[in-house]
Parts: sequence; C-alpha cells; structure tokens
Amino acid sequence: MKHHKVLSIVTLAIVVGLFMAGCAPAPAAKPFVCTDPVGCVDIGPKEPIRIAYMMVVAGPDASLGTDTKRGAEIAIDDKKEILGHAIELIGEDSGCNAEGGQTAAQKLSADPKIVAINGTNCSSAARAAIPIMCKAGIAMVSPSNTAPDLTAPDRPAEYWCYLRTAHNDLVQGKAMAKFAWEKLGVKTAATVHDGSLYADKLQQVFADEFRRLGGTITAQEAVAPTDTDMKPMLTRVAATKPELIYYPIFIAAGGQITKQAKEVPGLENTYLAGADGMFSPDFLKAAGDAAKGMYHSSPDFSAFGAGYAEFLKKHEAKYGEKTLAPFHAHSYDAMMMIFAAIEKVAVKDADGTLHIGRKALADALFATKDFKGLTGNLTCNEYGDCADPKIAVYETFNADPASWNPGAGPENNPRKIWP
Amino acid sequence: MEQGRATMLAPACSRLLAKFRLKPARNLECRSWASAAQAGLAHSKTWPRYKDVYKGRIMLQRLTRRVSGTTVSMWLIGLVILAVVAYGTYKTLALGKYSLANWTDLIIYGVAQGSVYALIALGYTLVYGILRMINFAHSEVFMSGPFIGYFVATSLDQAGFLDRQPVIGLAIVLLVAMLTSLTIAVLLERIAYRPLRRAPRLVPLITAIGASFFLQYTFRGLFGSGIKGYPEIEQLKGTWPLAGGVNILKTQVVVIVAAVIMLAGLYYFVQRTKTGKAMQAVSEDKDIAALMGIDVDHIIVVTFAVGGALAGAAGVLYVLLFRQVHFFMGFIPGIKAFTAAVLGGIGNVVGAMLGGLVLGIAESLFPNLVLDGLGIPAPYQLKDALAFILLVLILIFRPTGILGERLAAKKA
Repeated sequence: MKHHKVLSIVTLAIVVGLFMAGCAPAPAAKPFVCTDPVGCVDIGPKEPIRIAYMMVVAGPDASLGTDTKRGAEIAIDDKKEILGHAIELIGEDSGCNAEGGQTAAQKLSADPKIVAINGTNCSSAARAAIPIMCKAGIAMVSPSNTAPDLTAPDRPAEYWCYLRTAHNDLVQGKAMAKFAWEKLGVKTAATVHDGSLYADKLQQVFADEFRRLGGTITAQEAVAPTDTDMKPMLTRVAATKPELIYYPIFIAAGGQITKQAKEVPGLENTYLAGADGMFSPDFLKAAGDAAKGMYHSSPDFSAFGAGYAEFLKKHEAKYGEKTLAPFHAHSYDAMMMIFAAIEKVAVKDADGTLHIGRKALADALFATKDFKGLTGNLTCNEYGDCADPKIAVYETFNADPASWNPGAGPENNPRKIWP
Repeated sequence: MEQGRATMLAPACSRLLAKFRLKPARNLECRSWASAAQAGLAHSKTWPRYKDVYKGRIMLQRLTRRVSGTTVSMWLIGLVILAVVAYGTYKTLALGKYSLANWTDLIIYGVAQGSVYALIALGYTLVYGILRMINFAHSEVFMSGPFIGYFVATSLDQAGFLDRQPVIGLAIVLLVAMLTSLTIAVLLERIAYRPLRRAPRLVPLITAIGASFFLQYTFRGLFGSGIKGYPEIEQLKGTWPLAGGVNILKTQVVVIVAAVIMLAGLYYFVQRTKTGKAMQAVSEDKDIAALMGIDVDHIIVVTFAVGGALAGAAGVLYVLLFRQVHFFMGFIPGIKAFTAAVLGGIGNVVGAMLGGLVLGIAESLFPNLVLDGLGIPAPYQLKDALAFILLVLILIFRPTGILGERLAAKKA
C-alpha cells in the first residue's frame, strides 16, 4: 500500500516533468538578461525606436533649433529603420537658457522608452540638462553646443553620457581672432557677451588669442539677452576706440547691437563680427541693412563631405526653403552616429524585441572612430568632442533675408572670405 | 479732597500741554488722567514726578509713532546704498574717461527710452487708479499695436509710400497700432475683467496673467515666433546737430517730441475734460460716483481705451527706436513700465510720467556713472539690477513713490 503511493507520486512527477519540458519552446534561446550597469531599453516587436530632440524650437532663437530638428528629420528619412524597427522622433523645446534646458530634461528623462537625445542647441541649456540626462542614463549628442567647458578634460564625471558633433569654441574663437589680426589687420578689438555660457566663453577665447597675437582688447562688455537699448553700452565701448567689436551672442540682442553700432558716435566705421549663434536669415531680419559688411564665423560648408550637396537638395525639397542656421549637418551626423551605435549594441530577440544597454550605447558612441559624416570624419575623444572642426569667416553682402545662401561662390551671400 | 485735586489738576495738565505745544487732541489724555485721579488712582505726591514722565512719554510716543525698528534699518540700508552710489559717481567723474558729449548722449538715450516707459506706465497707473488692480496683460496690449502696425508698415514700405510721405505713412502706422491696442485693451476689460469686478482682488490679477499668456501665444500662433524687422524710414536716418558738438538721432527727436505731446494731451484730458474729471471721481469712489450720475462702466471702458491707445503709440515709438517686433517683446518693457509706475507713485498720472523718465535715464546713465567708478566690469549687464535698486531706494525713502503722497491724501 505504502509502496504504491510512493510509486504513483514518482510517476506523476515524471509525467508532469515531461509534459512541461514538451511545452517549452523548441529552440530553447536564453531569455535576455540586462547586464548593463545603467539599465536597458526594451523595444517591443512593433514599437519604434524613440529618439528625442531637445532644441530651441520656439522664440527668437527658434531658427537654430528648427534647423537642427530638420537635420535630424532628414537623417531619419535617409535611415528609414534600424534592425527592422521604425525610428520615432519626439522632443521638447529646451529654449536657449538654463531654465529651458532643465525643464525639457526633466520631462524627457521621465520617458523610459527614449534611447538617445539629440540636443541641446544652446550651451547654457546643455549645462542644466546634461546632469539630468546622465542621471537617467540617456546618451545625449549635441549638434550645436560649442562652449569649451562641456567637453573639457576637467568636466564633471556626471557628464559621462554627453557628446557633441559641433565644433569646440576653442577652435571658433581662435579662427576669428586670427582673421581679425591677419586679414583685417586690426590692432584693437572689444568684445560683448550676453552672460550665456556660449557667448562668455567664446569671447574669452577670442580675447586670449587676440592678445596672444599681439593685439589689444580695449573692453569686454556684457548685456542681457533681452536688452534692446544697446546705445549706452556701445557709447562706453566707443570711448575705448576699438577697430573691431566681436559679439558672439544670439539673434535678438545681436541684431540690436548691429543696428545701433551704426548710430553711436565713434563706431561708424568699426568692424562688426559675430559667430555661428546668429548665422541665420533671421539675423538679417533682426539687423536690417546694418548687417551689410558684418563678419560671422561659422562651420565651413565648402569643406563639408560629399553628401552635403545632396542633403541640401533633400532639405529644399522637404521644407521648401534654404537651411536656417549652420548646424543642420551636425544634427544629421549626430543622428547617424546614434543609429550606428544602436546597431552596434542592440540585442534582438527572435520575436523582434530589441534590447539596448544604456551604458553600452554611450560607450559605443564614445568609441566612434573615423565616422564618415557630412561635416567630415568624426572621431570622438574621451571627453565627448567628436567634431572635425572646420571654421570659416563669412561676410554678408546683402541684407535681404531672401538672399540667404551661405557658401564660397561669388553668387553666395553670406560669402566665405577666409581662410 | 482727592476729587478736588483732580479737577484742579486737569487744567494744569492742559497748561502743560500748551507749554509743550502739543495738539489739543491730547487733552483727551488729560481728561482720562483726570478721571483716573478722580477714581483715586492718582496720589497727590505722584504729580510732580508724573509731570516729567508724561513729558518724556509724549516725546517718545511722537518719535516711535514715526520711526519703528524696521524703518531705522531700512534707512540704514538706504543710506549705505546711497553712499556707495555717491562714491562710485565721484570715482567715475574723477577718472574723467568720458567727455561731456558722452554724458549728454547717455542722458538723451535715457530720455528717449524713458518716454516710452512713461507712455506704457500710464496704462498701468490709470487702470490701477480706477480698479485698484494691476493689469498685467498691459504689456501684450503694448506688443499688439506695433505687431499689427508692422504689416501695414512693410506693405507701405514695399509700395514706396513710407519714403515718399514719411509723415503720413508714420501717422497711418501709428493710427493702426493705437486702434489695435485700444481694441485689445477694451476687449480685455469686457471679457476678462468686467465679469470679475466684484471678485476678490487676487482673482482679476490671475486673470490678467492668464490673458497676458493668451495674447502672447495667440500672436505667436498667428504670426510665428521669429523676429520681424521694421522698415527703416529714409528721412529718419542720421542725426541732427545739437548745441556743443552733440548730435541727436532723428528717431530720438521724433520719439521724445511725440511722447511729450501725448503726455501733455493726457494730462489735459484727465484734468480738464468732463470725462477726465469723471475718471477722477470714479477713482475716488466708484459707488458715490455712480450716485452722482456717472456711468461707471463707461468710464472704466474709457480708461482702458485711453491706456490701450497710449500703449499702442508707445509701441510705435519703441519700434522707431529698436525696429524689431516679436511676440514676447512686451514683457520686459511691460515690467519696466510697471516699475516706473510704482516708482512715480502708482495711481498718479504725473508720477507715471516722471517715473518712466527717471527709470529710463537711470538705466542708461547709472551703469556707467556709478558702477564704472566702483571698478565693476561690464556694468551694462547689471542695468536691470540697478533699475530695481533705484526702486528699492525710492520705496525706502518714499514708500508711496515719488508723487504718491498726494494720491494717498486724496484717497484717505
């Protein structure tokens, strides 16, 4: 009797065991286990890969963000899909200031489906956004942050997830200083910044390089980005008699300085120079006729890779107008870099589910080497600088926004005049 | 016996008051002291001592009634700021980096900017005077005028009319801008404020902020977020010479003259016309004014209309100076004009004009005059901070604003 009971239980166990073994999927693949120290994004079979932009798409600097957003959209059009998944672009307006960067980052970091971020546009916004995104573990590639701090060797460890395809302003500031000293032959210069991280650092790089070349910096002034009456500040600058004023700021305030410099006694014949932050047809709208003869430093489009001409054609066909700011190609490259990195690290299940390790993705981005992009051959260093920086100086010959078509040819406006 | 002494003491007390030149109202205390004495509380021997105590107490009372601990510390802070300002000014002038022409230029820039502030500030002050509310949407009323005016101005410019007939062209733009701002101000009153007239005070304030956002983003939605550049009028380019080798920009002359005319017109309107007097009456007491046969609702609409039209005009003058419009352009001038209205004494028309001018000149002049001498680099970055320090200083020394007292007396 007792024996019988034991036997029947053993038999039952064997039968149940066999039955369960038969139920399991035949090619017994291991279920995916996330070993990434930061975590993984799981993308279901039908779900798209979600990439977010964090750009200034509203307000007076909207041209900068719209330009980079379009670059990202064209990149998605070109790539179409990654490992069988569609690509989805969502985003937030990050403004061109720390508050905007913080708000956008808070919002986006709460979305666990976001694989990577393309942004921000303005360095001030980046400084607020980077720690939040890195805490959330989301890799972030900026198309247009140029402030040297963000990728300096002494940058904080909490910036581990941040890279950029834009040039470092150490290059841009030096280029303008060299142009002023060698080509224009000026011996004295004044600078104006607007308190933003980008402008403050850029004017300092310019001033240091200009001094090193032997020039004199007569004044380093500052305004608020919302200021409209620049004449009192310019009167102060005029008292120091500079031959050139360099104000690498943004469109609204930059336009006012350009206009009002012509109206302040003593500055009628002073050279005016700005940087990529206001290299846009919107700047011509803001500055009017006074923009004629002004110099801007900006990426050298004529040195861009072979695919750039084709990109411009797609842009014109898709949006019906010329590019709005200098960073569309950087944004395109940032997207392509992200796509390549996803392809490298993503693990695909049989049912099509995609697993992407967050740290692995960032590591793959940092390991980018000799990547053939529109802006050149991108190689990222350990601090996140990926650009192949080529900076040119452009002169504006026509203040009509409709004539905006930067390039090196004689028909272009603004036209590349250096190097 | 005690009673007799008290009745004897009461006139003595009065004599004492007369001796210290105290107001007759103080007799009240004499009487109560006398009645206290009657109740037997006062002892004959305490009287001589009481005389001294009473004298001291009255003097202390007079002092403390005016000066509290907070007031003293505020005055001290004020004096320190004032000393720093005086020191900075002295150092700058001693350095002699800037010529007289530079200073004149700075003051002219300030007057031009200040007269725009003054015109906007009037809108805040008129509405405050009547409704006791801050119309925070006023900065959008200011923005809407030149924004719509922009489309008229560009089409006139493209037709070449603006260069051929600058006066008529400018008048058309001005009229369109004033009408737009007036319409928006009146609609604002009708839709956003009138239904809430009897609501607690915070409610219309919050509505005002909501209306402000609504208008901003309506304009952004309709016309985009980019900056639009106003066409430049050929005849207004360049400068006119002023005495002493100083040249004044033609646009600034136009702005200052136009602002002065409008300010004078408004002053005449408020002081002399029947509607203006009715406005004053409503501002004094709405209910009594209604009893006297004044249509209060009508007067409130008129107030919003006048404030709106002035803001529209201010907007055109502003774009003459700065030639840019965008949907957010009203915010900073609005805040500044509100400051100017408080500076001059909110609710007071002349005060708003004065406050605007003081603020404009301070913004243009002070960074150079005060901060330069203190060795602060890039002082114009601190322009706004300085403007608000000025506000703090004035509120410490004159809590009602520069011309606020007259208003306070009138309202009391």
